Amino acid sequence: MTFEAPDIFGANGGPQSEYEATLDERLIPTIEFRDVELAFDEQVVLNKISFSVRRGETRIVLGGSGSGKSTIINLILGLIKPDAGQVLIDGLDITELDDQDMMRIRKTIGMIFQEGALFDSLSVYDNVAYRLHEEGVPEDEVEHEVLRMLRFINLEEAIDKMPIELSGGMRRRVGIARALVGNPNIVLFDEPTAGLDPPTARTICELAIKLRDIEDVSSIFVTHEMNNLEYLSSEYAVIERSGDVHFELAGKTFCLTNTSVMMLRQGNIIFNGSEDDLRASEDPYIKRFIRGK
Amino acid sequence: MNPITAFIFELQEVTNLLWRSIKGLRKKPRYFREIIYQIDYIGVGSFAIVVLTGFFTGGVIILQSYPTLEYYGAQSNAGQGVATALIRELGPVLTALMVAGRVGSAISAELGSMVVSQQIDAMRALGTSPVRKLVTPRLIALLITLPLLTVGADLFGLIGGGLIARELHGLDMNVYISSVRTGVKIQDLIGGIIKPVFFGLIIGLISCYKGLSTTGGTVGVGESTTKAVVASSIIVIIADFFLSKVLQTLFGGPLF
Repeated sequence: MTFEAPDIFGANGGPQSEYEATLDERLIPTIEFRDVELAFDEQVVLNKISFSVRRGETRIVLGGSGSGKSTIINLILGLIKPDAGQVLIDGLDITELDDQDMMRIRKTIGMIFQEGALFDSLSVYDNVAYRLHEEGVPEDEVEHEVLRMLRFINLEEAIDKMPIELSGGMRRRVGIARALVGNPNIVLFDEPTAGLDPPTARTICELAIKLRDIEDVSSIFVTHEMNNLEYLSSEYAVIERSGDVHFELAGKTFCLTNTSVMMLRQGNIIFNGSEDDLRASEDPYIKRFIRGK
Repeated sequence: MNPITAFIFELQEVTNLLWRSIKGLRKKPRYFREIIYQIDYIGVGSFAIVVLTGFFTGGVIILQSYPTLEYYGAQSNAGQGVATALIRELGPVLTALMVAGRVGSAISAELGSMVVSQQIDAMRALGTSPVRKLVTPRLIALLITLPLLTVGADLFGLIGGGLIARELHGLDMNVYISSVRTGVKIQDLIGGIIKPVFFGLIIGLISCYKGLSTTGGTVGVGESTTKAVVASSIIVIIADFFLSKVLQTLFGGPLF
């Protein structure tokens, strides 16, 4: 499957400077949890969990309902604070930041919600342009950016539609476009393919792969679906000099190391490693989760 | 959580919401366009129902009180009765109740729907404060429009009373207007404007709080809407009593 690439690359095919990371930036994890604890009343939601995500890495987070997956996303966004431990974004401890400072951090993070969470009262254009309108960016620049993002998700024709007119898959793709405005270096996916038909779910995964491999974005990808795990762990995106993007299977030319899997159970990390190791695991819970029996 | 603890907790949350919405005014962006839209929606949109309420309330006051006034030969004071009742009490309270029903429910339902569909989370994730963007403009709009709507209700109430007095009881319109002019004191007018400012604050804060604290999906939206209207209506009536007492103390007791 091929895509027309967004204009995120210069005319000569080289990456724009904003996508280049210095060595220092690569050494500092983009997301880091250090002994994070959280409980609601007596219910332990996260029990001293620690992990880190490098720049350009995708961490797939698996786990049953109530295992703490969405809590991790809310902690990264600073929507809730941990009871103990630290959450670091680009090396900065965000646990002590107030809401005002968190607003600035959130502008560097793209969040993709399960159902898209589009603003019902705004058109697709205004939804995608939301962050830029808030920042008071001139309208001609906004228009250029919105068109660029809608090309990225292959939905230029929906620019004037209202969210109610869109299908479930289209809503989520618009949600992705909205989250990517401003070129965030972290993107959080909260079960973005739940309830979608397989081809549409595949399209969402391809967007996540493109973000990882072409735009060097770090991401947390919360999912229940094993198809997503397979796509993200076994394929990578390649951009041609013509600008077209295509996907290749890892293993033929090189091993994919920028994607790993983490599994949560009752607030504990019970697995952290590659997809192959996960599938080879003898843990009965993991086996049951993967195979459904 | 027992009811007293729950009440204190909600009071704390509503006060916190008020403080955050006031703080939201200090920094940009201030969402002037949203404020104008809300003024139009709340003010212009509610004008018709408020005017109708005022008109027929003025009319019914005359309908009920005129025979008694006539019995005592005091029908020339009919205008004073309508003006005093409307401007001091019925105008502000009925307008507030109508706005709580129409606008309070709409605010609560809209914010509640945004909560359950994760639009509020999305707003925060996109670096926008929902309080500054959604709560502050609605509060400002209510603080501006509720006193204006109350004045509208008072005016149309006086017109309604006058028309009923003339058409059903044959009272001369000049007598009615003269009675209104002698009956209304400046203290009544000031009190009649101060009360709706507080009522606007009550309706706005409770509706926004109930909307933003919605849980439990679409059923929760219905529940929070009901709670918003019931709570703001009751608190408006309770606050009216205490405000009346404070105003009487400030202005030196009820005047005739």
